[in-house]
Amino acid sequence: MPDFPYSEIVMEHFRHPHNVGRIEEPDAKSIEGSPACGDMVALYLKVDEKSHRITDIKFESYGCASNIATGSIITEMAKGKTLEEAKAITWRQASEALGGLPPIKTHCSILAVDGLQAAIQNYEERHGLIKERVPTTVEVVRKRLKRVMNPLVGLDLVRTKLVKEIKVADGIVNVALKLPDNHQFAPNIHEEIIEKIEPLWDVTQVIVEFEE
Amino acid sequence: MFGELIYLDNAATTRLDERVLEAMTPFFLKTYAIATSQFGYSAGIEAREAIGAARATIAKALGAAPEEFVFTSGSTESSNIAIKGVALALGEKKGKHIITSRVEDFPVLHSARTLEKQGFQVTYLDVDEFGRLDLDQLRDAIIPETILVSIQAANQEIGTLQDLVSIAQICKDRGVLFHTDATHTFPRVPIEVQEVPVDLMTVTAHLIHGPKGVGGLYVRKGTPLNKWMDGGFQEFNLRAGEENIPAAIGFAKAVELTTPEETARLEQMRDRLIERLLQIPHSQLNGHPTLRLPHNVNVSFRFVEGESILLHLDMKGFAVSTGSACFSRSLEASHVILGIGGNHERAHGSVRFTFGRYNKSGDVDAVADVIADVIEQLRAISPLGKEL
Repeated sequence: MPDFPYSEIVMEHFRHPHNVGRIEEPDAKSIEGSPACGDMVALYLKVDEKSHRITDIKFESYGCASNIATGSIITEMAKGKTLEEAKAITWRQASEALGGLPPIKTHCSILAVDGLQAAIQNYEERHGLIKERVPTTVEVVRKRLKRVMNPLVGLDLVRTKLVKEIKVADGIVNVALKLPDNHQFAPNIHEEIIEKIEPLWDVTQVIVEFEE
Repeated sequence: MFGELIYLDNAATTRLDERVLEAMTPFFLKTYAIATSQFGYSAGIEAREAIGAARATIAKALGAAPEEFVFTSGSTESSNIAIKGVALALGEKKGKHIITSRVEDFPVLHSARTLEKQGFQVTYLDVDEFGRLDLDQLRDAIIPETILVSIQAANQEIGTLQDLVSIAQICKDRGVLFHTDATHTFPRVPIEVQEVPVDLMTVTAHLIHGPKGVGGLYVRKGTPLNKWMDGGFQEFNLRAGEENIPAAIGFAKAVELTTPEETARLEQMRDRLIERLLQIPHSQLNGHPTLRLPHNVNVSFRFVEGESILLHLDMKGFAVSTGSACFSRSLEASHVILGIGGNHERAHGSVRFTFGRYNKSGDVDAVADVIADVIEQLRAISPLGKEL
């Protein structure tokens, strides 16, 4: 047999993904990625109000095999766990459970893990579980930019050193990029940055600057 | 699954025809001498005559003289020799401007990039939504410093044919050399150099059931072309290195075996598959509806991703190709789909099917049935398109 890039476990989850579909009237949901940038994952949660246990979880994927397989394994791992337990699930654990993923496919699989974290956060925000509101700082913005992918290499903007400068003042966030405005991915990256930063509670405006 | 493979990636490479192998075998085992001069030993003279006959066969298919055809290791080398050879011959003397298009295959595109780094100016012409060049844009792009125009005969992904007759005529009228990458057309879509004033043409063997590792370059008599890979004086002193005689014999045999009747059969399969695939909702043909390669089908399916389609088809025994970023080694979306004004989503869901000699007419419905199921299955788990 030829040496396939995907493990047998990945292929099994790709062929028969678990927990796919939508939950009508979910208690929380998240959408990570965008069709423009490539892969996209939607995640839906049902959470028991008292125990904060995930009673049902479903996902939808517009993506490649590693994206679908990670969505499948991460929902299996999170099902029945409390929100606090589910928050601790890492990409590494998901990848190990799948018998490893090709390095170039890291970004497609991280998306599903980010989706779970974002859905939990969405639940906490909706149900007033966030105790204190942290003011937005440069570090907070940087952390969020780590979830915006540079599609050229499949790694995030921060790791690929595309972020030149971040400024935060009076609710206005300014992100300067080392990327020309006529770059093929510029509009997509722009849109994704806005999507990630704008929901922060004390942010009123997001400005993205490209190089001439 | 490998026993029952239905291979629909004939624009990537093709299965060798047994008759080609049969023609090649004696030149591995019996007449294995190099092509010596006419004063050499008889085995060498025999080899020389054999490669001469192979050259004559291919030249005839091009409408060229035998001494205008150079054997190479394939179309990558042919396009490199053509573009860099002209640049070396005319760069200092005439000018440092080259014109090509955005949707060329990598041998042409990357040769142009290399020359750019060495101080040449390159104009990359746009194509329209079908992948066709705007001839007025070409006319406007030619300046006194222009030494070469390189435009493909047909596109490797979406199969769009260019108006080579007009492009070649424009170049001739303006006194600029014209190279065309005919990798995907030769000899199925005939281009006679007597009728089309092309100066250099890249061709290859392995896409017409010939051997891998052999191609050729047509060089019109008198075309200024500098040799840049040093070695012996083979191939009219344009391409150093011992000739791959068995492969050259195989190339000629493959050309002989490619008939207009077969091409017509491929065309029928192509049209039937396009018709079937466009019945799938939210599908779109990439490339021109009629001016396209006889064996190429390229369709984008919305809300689904190409690598997933490809893997599902592979599990069911079908080999196809996709322009999705997820599938490429570089994670970059197809520059061709982006070049025809498509977005990433369109490239993401694009699938290319290319027919060859060993496809049966039943393959069309077989793949159409399976892909309809695969698309439905993937759309069922996709977050996109549900509201439509």
